[in-house]
This record gives sequence, structure tokens and C-alpha cells, in this order.
Amino acid sequence: MNILVCISKAPDTTSKIAFTNNSTQFDENGVQYIVNPYDEWYALVRALELKETIGGNVTIVTVGTAADESIIRKALAIGADEAVRIDADPKDAYFVAMQISSYAKAKGFDLVMTGKETINYNGSQVGGMIAEAMDLPFVSLATKLDVNGTKLTLEREIVGGVQVVEVSTPAVVSCAKGMAEQRIPNMRGIMAARTKPLTVIPAEAVADLSSYVSYIMPNAKSSVKMIDPSNMDELVALLHNEAKVI
Amino acid sequence: MVLVYINSTTGLSKAALETVTYGKKLSGGVTVITNGSASNEQLAQLGEYGASKVLVDRSVDGEDPQQLARLIAAVADQVAASTVIFSHDIYGKAVAPRLSVRMNAGLIAGAIAVPEADGSVKVNVFSGKAVGFVKVASAKQIISLLPNSIQPEKTGSACSVEETNGLAGTSAIKVLETKKPEGSIPLPEAELVVSAGRGLKGPENWGMIEELATALGAATACSRPVADIGWRPHHEHVGQTGVAIRPNLYIAVGISGAIQHLAGVNGSKVIVVVNTDKEAPFFKAADYGVVGDAFEVVPRLVEAVKRFKATQH
Ligand SMILES: Cc1cc2nc3c(=O)[nH]c(=O)nc-3n(C[C@H](O)[C@H](O)[C@H](O)COP(=O)(O)OP(=O)(O)OC[C@H]3O[C@@H](n4cnc5c(N)ncnc54)[C@H](O)[C@@H]3O)c2cc1C
Repeated sequence: MNILVCISKAPDTTSKIAFTNNSTQFDENGVQYIVNPYDEWYALVRALELKETIGGNVTIVTVGTAADESIIRKALAIGADEAVRIDADPKDAYFVAMQISSYAKAKGFDLVMTGKETINYNGSQVGGMIAEAMDLPFVSLATKLDVNGTKLTLEREIVGGVQVVEVSTPAVVSCAKGMAEQRIPNMRGIMAARTKPLTVIPAEAVADLSSYVSYIMPNAKSSVKMIDPSNMDELVALLHNEAKVI
Repeated sequence: MVLVYINSTTGLSKAALETVTYGKKLSGGVTVITNGSASNEQLAQLGEYGASKVLVDRSVDGEDPQQLARLIAAVADQVAASTVIFSHDIYGKAVAPRLSVRMNAGLIAGAIAVPEADGSVKVNVFSGKAVGFVKVASAKQIISLLPNSIQPEKTGSACSVEETNGLAGTSAIKVLETKKPEGSIPLPEAELVVSAGRGLKGPENWGMIEELATALGAATACSRPVADIGWRPHHEHVGQTGVAIRPNLYIAVGISGAIQHLAGVNGSKVIVVVNTDKEAPFFKAADYGVVGDAFEVVPRLVEAVKRFKATQH
């Protein structure tokens, strides 16, 4: 099975979130980038498990600049066979999806996998956009994926439960928790990653459909009101009369 | 003209009423497109929230986002819609991106408010640690509204309902099985949430958390390690790498309040924290705090809620 896994960078979860340039730009000062956890923990690891059981090849693709090669090497260290970097500063999700779909169209992948969303922009957009651009079926928020020849059996989240669905390859799948367990790269993986093929291809001219004009920080909470642990009637009364939430 | 997509297979959800209300705030003319089996009487009620007309395709089960994208794009053309609105739920996340490409319309995913004067729309970014203003560059736009961001408002009366079909093509996704735990409230839609973490020591101690949730009519959630070690199901994991929620009330029991956990819950209107450690970081994000042992405090809280509920009848 020939699998393409889409990888995005995301700021480390402990990064301080701040903005510069009159609050129009994310302040990258001191920010460490990691592989977006949904892409790494779920999409990539499940792709590797499938390859290990049924054979095949796992390619990772990212739209990014040369500065993003550290996250590419991390994904290769975890076990991907080869990497493609589409050389551009990723702007909106549409731009990214158009780049990846035009690369993937001619390559004959059986399966394209993405994470459920990125932890910075949380849009959950790229997978569905790739599927539409490639005219392929899309199963979103999948928590389980098994392959039987050209049939994929998946579990996906639905409102208040899960659903088991079947779809034929080729298809696009976005991956959520449950799909696989995080893998820590070992020394051999890290060494091997250095010599695995990384192809850089130029980006196509695509106009963005959306942009962030500015950012604000949410209002900080006013200070907490402490309640006597033996007096839960007081807490309930406050939730009813003051907070008006029950 | 604004077109609103709602999924009405299980009736009219609060999220559906929110999206129609949102559409009405944007435009005088709101058409709703839906699929599934809700009755005409039910669908006509959407007029009360601002719909001028409801179109329903009963042949589409809504399980294939590609079918829905074809249907919605065709209807958007018919009614000359310049804005299409979704709820940012599982349907919005699956269909809106497809539609964005199909219609060449910029997508504003996870809107939390109506557009500003300059046309930009607020969305949560960095898992709720900041708010961004997004603007589209295209003539048409798609907005998916984060559930529980605005309240449904009744402004009109019942509207007409018309059937449509033949626009969606065939489905490529075959549903083999649907598993819905009985009686539980879906977490992303819940207005009240009771959540617990590693402080509870083991899965056998969740009885009191479920009791509290039942007494309040709340959904249950948990921190990541609790889902990772299998004490609770994965879909209950909230936070930066789990579900992001913004209920009216979030009660956190035995959760330290790590930055990754807070990222998924700090949109909650009111936060109550129960923790033995008065230095727990969660107290900084809380509205009400109780320093105490969950095993004493929670049963007391259950009794207090029950007493309160008894006075409400
Ligand atoms: C990349 C990354 C992503 C992550 N994503 C998430 C995420 O999405 N969601 C998430 O939750 N975490 C996430 N984490 C993990 C996060 O950093 C914390 O480790 C986790 O939230 C801690 O869970 P906890 O509060 O249940 O446990 P602990 O940190 O162990 O806290 C337990 C708390 O219970 C209290 N306690 C103990 N006994 C009692 C008692 N009897 N009564 C009352 N209180 C008691 C303690 O004082 C303590 O504050 C992520 C971490 C990383 C690195």
C-alpha cells in the first residue's frame, strides 16, 4: 500500500503565545516547532503500522520552508521511507491543500492521511480540501483504520458515538485519537533519517482564499472565589444565582 | 442570500438552531438545506429562527461528505448564496472544506461571533490560547460556527419546506454499524461538563463523577493521561490534543490544570476546580475553587445539587 501522510509543523504545546507587528503576526521568537501531534501520533504511526503488516511505502509531505526540515527529519526518524517538501511558506489551508493535491494527483497513492487538525490553527480543513481537489472520498475524524485489499474499514467519531464505515481506495482519511499510540524514535531511526530521500519541489502559484488580519489574547479571568469544602450548598447557590449556569 | 446547512437526521439540535440564528444575523434571506428524516412540521420550525425556506433531500443519509458537498454547492447556485454556514461539528469539519474547494469560497472555520464591521470573523486559534480575525479574499465565503458561541433566537414564524433531490450523486461511504452509548450527552454540545483527572486514583472511582453529571444533566470528560491509561474512553479526552469544548460550566476534579489541558477548556464560561493542592495551576483559570479531597467534596456536591434540583420543581 502506497501511503502519503501530510505533516504540518506546530508550536510546541508549552510555547508562549504572543503576537508582533501590531498584533498581525504570530511571534516566533523562542518558539520551538514540533510535528503537529495529530499528524505524528495518529496519522504517521498508523501508516507505519499498516506498512509493517501489509507492506508498502510511506511518504510524508509538508508545505514549508527549509527551516522546517527538522520536523521532516523527526518524521523520517519515526519510520517514514521518504519525504517531500513543497517549498513555500504555508499560508492558508486552501493554499496547502492545493499544493499537496497537485503533487499527489499523479503519484497513485492508495491512501492520503492527515491529522484531525493542527494545534495552532485548529481548522480541520486540509484533509477535506485535498479530497475535493482530488475527487476522492473523505473519512474525517477516524479513530481506527484497517485495510483489506482495496477496502478500508474505519471507525469515525459521530455526534454522541462512533460509526464503522467502509470505503474503497484511493481515499483521504483524517486521523484522531485512538488510531495509534505515539512512537518515540530510537537511535537507529534517527541515524537512518539522515540519509533517507528528501525531495524539494517548487510550489505552484495559488491565490490564498483567506488570511488572518489580526489577533487578540482572550480576557484573563478575574480572581477565583474560594468555597469552603464543607459547604457545597454555597457553591450550588453561587452557580445558580451569581454565575447563572445551573 | 445566506445558505445554512444543518444535519437533521436526529431532529433539530441546538447547534442547528444556532446556525440558522447566525444566518439571520448576516442576511434578511436565509435558505436552509438539510438531509435526513426530520418531519416537515419539525423543519418548518426553523422559520422561527430566521429561515425563509427549508429545502430537504430525504434520499441523502449525510454520511458521505462528498455527496453533501455536491448537494450544497448545487443549492447555493440555485439560490445565489454568497455565504454558506455550517456548525463546526463533525459535519462541518467533513463537508465545509470540500465545499470551499468546490465553490472556490474561503472557509472561516470555527467562528465564535458574527462578522466585524470590516468583514473579518473571530475564531479561536492556538487551541483557545488566542483569538484571530479571519477574512476571506474570495467573492463567496463559508463560515463554520463553533457550537455554543451564540444563543438561538426566535424572530419569526414557521416557514415553507420543499423537497429536493437528484443533486447529490451517489455515496462512496458504506455505513456498517453505528454505536451510540445510551443516554449520554455528546461532549462538544454539552452545556455542562463534569471532568476528572489522575487525582481520582483509578477508574473504579468514577461512580461519583457520573453521579454528579447525572444530577446536573452534564456530560463527562477527562484529562489526557486518564484516557491514555484506559481509565476512560478516548472521546472524553479534552485539551489541546483532545476535544476542545466551551460549555457554560466546566467542573474539573483532580486535574492539575496543565497548559495543554487548559487550552481545550478555557473557552468555558464558568470553571469550578476541586483539588487537594491549593497551588494547583488550575485555580488560576477558575471562577470558583474548592481546596479539598475529591472523595469528600464530590459526594457532598452531589447531595447539594440534588437538594437544589428538588427545590426547582
Ligand atoms: C504535546 C502534549 C499534549 C498534551 N495534550 C493534553 C490534552 O489535550 N489534555 C490533557 O488533559 N493533557 C494533555 N497533556 C498532558 C498534560 O501536560 C498533563 O500531563 C495532564 O493534563 C495532567 O493530567 P491530570 O491533571 O489528570 O494529572 P496530574 O497532573 O497528575 O494532576 C492530578 C491532580 O489531582 C490532584 N489530586 C490528587 N488527589 C486528589 C484528590 N483526592 N482530590 C482532589 N484532587 C486530587 C493533584 O493535586 C493534581 O493537581 C499533553 C502533554 C503534551 C506534552
